[in-house]
Amino acid sequence: MKFPVQTSPHVEAQSSVAGVMTTVLWALVPGTVVAIWLLGWGVLFNVALAVGTAWLAEALMLWLRARPFHPALTDRSVLITGWILALCLPNLGPWWLPVVGSLFAVVVAKQLYGGIGYNLFNPAMVGYVVLLVSFPEAMTRWGAALDGGAAELSLTEAASWTFFGALPPGSGFDALSQATPLDQLRMVVTEGGSVANMGGSIWSMDSSWSLWLNLAFLAGGAWMLYRGAIRWHIPVAMVVGVLATSSLLWAIDPDQFADPAFHLLAGGVIFGALFVATDPVTASTTPRGRLLFGFGIGALAVLIRSFGNYPDGVAFAILLMNLAVPLIDYYTQPAVFGRKSGAASRGAGE
Amino acid sequence: MPEARVAVSEGLYGFHGGLHIEDHKAPACERPVEDMPLVDEYVLPLHMHIGAPAIPVVEPGERVRRGQLLARPDDFVSAAIHAPTSGTIRAIEPRALPHPGGLSAPSIVLAADGEDREAEPFDPWPDFRDRSPVEIRSRLREAGIVGLGGAVFPTAAKLATANPGGVETLVLNGAECEPYISCDDRLMQEEPETILRGAQVILHAVDAARCLIGIEDNKPRAVAAMQAVIDRLAAEEDERRFEIKVVPTIYPAGGEKQLIRTLTGIEIPRGRHVTDYRMLCLNVGTTAQCWRAVVEGRALTERIVTVAGGGVTDPRNLRVRIGTPMADVIEAAGGYTEGVDRLLMGGPMMGFALHEDEVPVVKATNCLLALRPADRDPTPTPQPCIRCSRCAEACPADLLPQQIYWYSRAEQFERCQDYHLFDCIECGVCSAVCPSHIPLVQYFRHAKTEIWYAERERAKAEHARRRFEFHNERIERQKAEREAALAKKRAAIQAAQEKKAREQAGEGGGQPAASSGDGDDRKAAAGMSIEAARQRARARKAKAREQSPNTVSGGGQRSTGEGRDTGHSPGAEGDS
Repeated sequence: MKFPVQTSPHVEAQSSVAGVMTTVLWALVPGTVVAIWLLGWGVLFNVALAVGTAWLAEALMLWLRARPFHPALTDRSVLITGWILALCLPNLGPWWLPVVGSLFAVVVAKQLYGGIGYNLFNPAMVGYVVLLVSFPEAMTRWGAALDGGAAELSLTEAASWTFFGALPPGSGFDALSQATPLDQLRMVVTEGGSVANMGGSIWSMDSSWSLWLNLAFLAGGAWMLYRGAIRWHIPVAMVVGVLATSSLLWAIDPDQFADPAFHLLAGGVIFGALFVATDPVTASTTPRGRLLFGFGIGALAVLIRSFGNYPDGVAFAILLMNLAVPLIDYYTQPAVFGRKSGAASRGAGE
Repeated sequence: MPEARVAVSEGLYGFHGGLHIEDHKAPACERPVEDMPLVDEYVLPLHMHIGAPAIPVVEPGERVRRGQLLARPDDFVSAAIHAPTSGTIRAIEPRALPHPGGLSAPSIVLAADGEDREAEPFDPWPDFRDRSPVEIRSRLREAGIVGLGGAVFPTAAKLATANPGGVETLVLNGAECEPYISCDDRLMQEEPETILRGAQVILHAVDAARCLIGIEDNKPRAVAAMQAVIDRLAAEEDERRFEIKVVPTIYPAGGEKQLIRTLTGIEIPRGRHVTDYRMLCLNVGTTAQCWRAVVEGRALTERIVTVAGGGVTDPRNLRVRIGTPMADVIEAAGGYTEGVDRLLMGGPMMGFALHEDEVPVVKATNCLLALRPADRDPTPTPQPCIRCSRCAEACPADLLPQQIYWYSRAEQFERCQDYHLFDCIECGVCSAVCPSHIPLVQYFRHAKTEIWYAERERAKAEHARRRFEFHNERIERQKAEREAALAKKRAAIQAAQEKKAREQAGEGGGQPAASSGDGDDRKAAAGMSIEAARQRARARKAKAREQSPNTVSGGGQRSTGEGRDTGHSPGAEGDS
């Protein structure tokens, strides 16, 4: 009997790209639900618009590049890109914000680099940063959470706001937007005030919602860790980087710099550490390299927050460290079997 | 039975990475080993071991008996081949080999007579302790013993790489980490004493102080059977050198270097021998054969083969004569099931796919694995690498397969070597865990082959360059010699002419015949250069006669014992 020949190994597949991506998608659910609950329907519109645009953009680009739709489109990676971008956007932004961001993320940052596996920069973060520098005003339309905030808008009111930029007549809301804690911090610092004098104001304002949101993201992160979709190195190192850098600055001058707990819970640190910095394609691949990569993001994020022009620095920090990945990977190669210092020398007798 | 585990030994060192994988050993491992019935024709490839092919010592038409020598080892690293049963040599001709490339090679074809008469055995040596290591090695060599774990390295040559008294620990490999395979498990359950007695022979031959036996914790019955014999030997004969180490079931725990790392914590780098670290590692099946060869005087003519996989009706372990066609072995296990589309020799992780089943069982055949699409990944489409690093996390050689893949895909082979391509043991773990289903091992084999090829080409080009330079030099030298001779001759002629002219001038004579004088010049020069060439040739011959005794004795030696670990091209050593 004759047989066709294949190379080893000949075993059941242990995992698949689509499987990994599906785990990440499920992990995004709790954070998204909490965000909708706290910040209103605008979040849902952002997610739907960003994910839909991302998927269509991927399909269009594959068609233009004459590449097969399967498995590039069916691996679900593009859904994550759109979803992550959506969760970074203001809940009261206009509809074209997620659309433009997603288009740029998928078309330029992902597909023009060659599609999944070949992009140097995190596509969602590229899309976010493009929006941030191009449409600074639209990107600040954050509505207050819960009581009296955007979460009180009905579905039709929110849709009207997102798509037409106005509330339906007679809806009784006026000033919807308000500054985020990080914006407030920036204002205080630039106007020469003291962070310490703000007292509990940073915390009283919106602290509860950021806590709930971060807990929901942590639940998702725990799920990804449990399923093996991510490893602990990058999130832990990034949190350590944030805490170490902010502690140092805070110890130097508590008037000028916010305390480490604030840095940890405000803005995108937890979300970025678990969902964005862990994107395997654009992160470091060696164990030591991942620690360096994560720590670098944490440290840079705090430095950008403290000395840069933008209120949050996580996205910039991630992109900067993306750039450093080839270098990090080259210099953090693990010692090969038999070449570790000590291991081979024991009992080595000529 | 796959769920039953025995407690893992304490004080193990483990190794990096590895793969927890469904072992599929149950159906075959549940049944005792059965004897494969005799068949009509046996095919014995002359090259079924590491090293030089054996040289036939029989002629077609000759009648032979079981255990009779058919082919003798041709070199230090080579192995004898014996008749698996009695019969007549039908032919010595190229036959298809069990080989990934589907090659054919010279083989001895034996037509069995069905009587299975035995040849005169070697002298049984129940008193093996009175035999010298050299005698034991030559017996193992005569009996055709090779490593039966799959490497088929001649055991005598392996023992010889150990300096006398240079081995402290004998490591017996009973880990059997590949899924499906259970031939060593069954052997340990059924013949533990043969294995341990054989180990005693080896311990004597290399004068080792202890013997560690590594067995995976998914073989509780094997561990119990072996432990019972060890306890009995300790009680009856005060034999206290044996110690079982139960290791966790994680592929590739049975890789030689991984097992040694697990048991002793010592990592043996590429290019070094196990014996450099005062150790020796043998498969349990090999030591059982050592006992048969040394103490019973029998040659290696059979081995246990696991026939398994969803592609065979009745998975089982069979005691198969070397040379039996695989199709008959499958038949003895109930034949193929519906939908079988792949036949492997060896396990699913490192075994290779066969083109056909009309090839013989050889000394390396520990398993015949027939698979249906449902038993494995039905060749999924490879996707781009997402750099998730699961391969690096699982690599037992601590490599970064994703980086080597990247550079081998780009054909940047030097960068592959920067990332230690040649430390890859091709265990297949990276390919198995890859979520993108990239055939990583295939890329690495390709890169290695390309590098070897480039090295060979480079060596050839270097050789050709040297020859060319030497040739040019010789031409130059001859030209210079010729011109020097010519100039000398010219000067002489000119001097003669001048003298003549002076004489003629004195007599008041006419014009000198310039043109004819030129012709004389050339003739004379040619005569001289021919004479010079003759002299040179004579001198060369005389010199060659002086030197010839030395040159002949210098070229005949061959390197020995290097075939296994350092069988790479010189370029393989170029990194680090």
